[in-house]
Amino acid sequence: MSPARRLAAALLSGLLFGLGLSLSGMLDPARVRGFLDVTGAWDPTLAFVLGGAVSVAALGYAVARRLPRPAFDAAFHLPVRTRIDGPLVAGAALFGIGWGLSGFCPGPAVAALSTGALPVFVFVVAMLVGMAAHQGFVRGAS
Amino acid sequence: MTTSLSGFIGGALIGLSVALLMLLNGRIAGISGLVAGLGRSRGERWWADAAFVVGLIAGPPLFAAVTGAWPAMRLVASLPVLGVAGLLVGFGTRLGSGCTSGHGVAGLARLSPRSLAAVLVFLASGMLTVALVRGLA
Repeated sequence: MSPARRLAAALLSGLLFGLGLSLSGMLDPARVRGFLDVTGAWDPTLAFVLGGAVSVAALGYAVARRLPRPAFDAAFHLPVRTRIDGPLVAGAALFGIGWGLSGFCPGPAVAALSTGALPVFVFVVAMLVGMAAHQGFVRGAS
Repeated sequence: MTTSLSGFIGGALIGLSVALLMLLNGRIAGISGLVAGLGRSRGERWWADAAFVVGLIAGPPLFAAVTGAWPAMRLVASLPVLGVAGLLVGFGTRLGSGCTSGHGVAGLARLSPRSLAAVLVFLASGMLTVALVRGLA
C-alpha cells in the first residue's frame, strides 16, 4: 500500500526531527552534557525539549490508538517486548556512559553529520561499529 | 528567545515528527533502530528508514537556510574519547533496544514502563559518568 507516500512521510518526519533538534539546541553536545552535569553548572534545557516532545507525541499516539491503521500502511508496528530485563538495563547503562562522555546520542550525532565536522564522523562511524558488534554478539549467542 | 522556550518549541517539533511517523506509517521514530536497520537487506522498509535519515541530516542545513545561522555545536570530547563513546552508544542502544528518541520520546509518550526504566537508567548512568569525569579532571 502506497510505498511512495510512506517514503515521503518518512522524509518529512526526518526533516521535522532534524529541525526540532536544531532549534532546541540538542545538536550542541556542551548543552546536552550540561543537563547531565548535575554536580556542576546544570543546564535544564533538555528537560524542556523532552517535555515538549513527549507532550506532542503523546497527543499523536492518543489519536493513533483510535484509528484502525496508519494512513499509509496496513497496520501499526509496535514494540512487542514489555519486560524490564537484563539486556535493557545493561544496554541503557552502556549507552548512558557513551552519552555522558560525548554529549552525543544517535539522533543529534546523525543530524550533525551535515556540519561536515570530522569529530562527528568519528563518533557516528564508531557508533555503527558498535551496532554491528551487537549484531555479531547476538549471532554468536544464538 | 530563551533557551527554555526554543527548547520546548524544538521539542514540540520532534514530538510532531514522532507523531506523524506513527499516524502516517505506523512506525516508532527511534533513531538508533532506524540507523541500525540500514544494515539490513534493502526492502521497501529500508528505503523508508533511509528517507527518514536523509531528512534528519537535511534538518540542520534547512534550519541554517531559514534562520541564517547554523545551530551551535560545541564539542566536549577528544577524538579518541568520541570513538569510545560512539562504540558504547552503538552497542548499548542495540542491547537496550533504543535511545533518547525511541525510549525517551516515543516510549514515554506510549507510557511504556520498559521505556521509563531505560530512560531512568541511561539518565542515571549519563549523570554519573559526567560527575566521574568532572572528578577526574
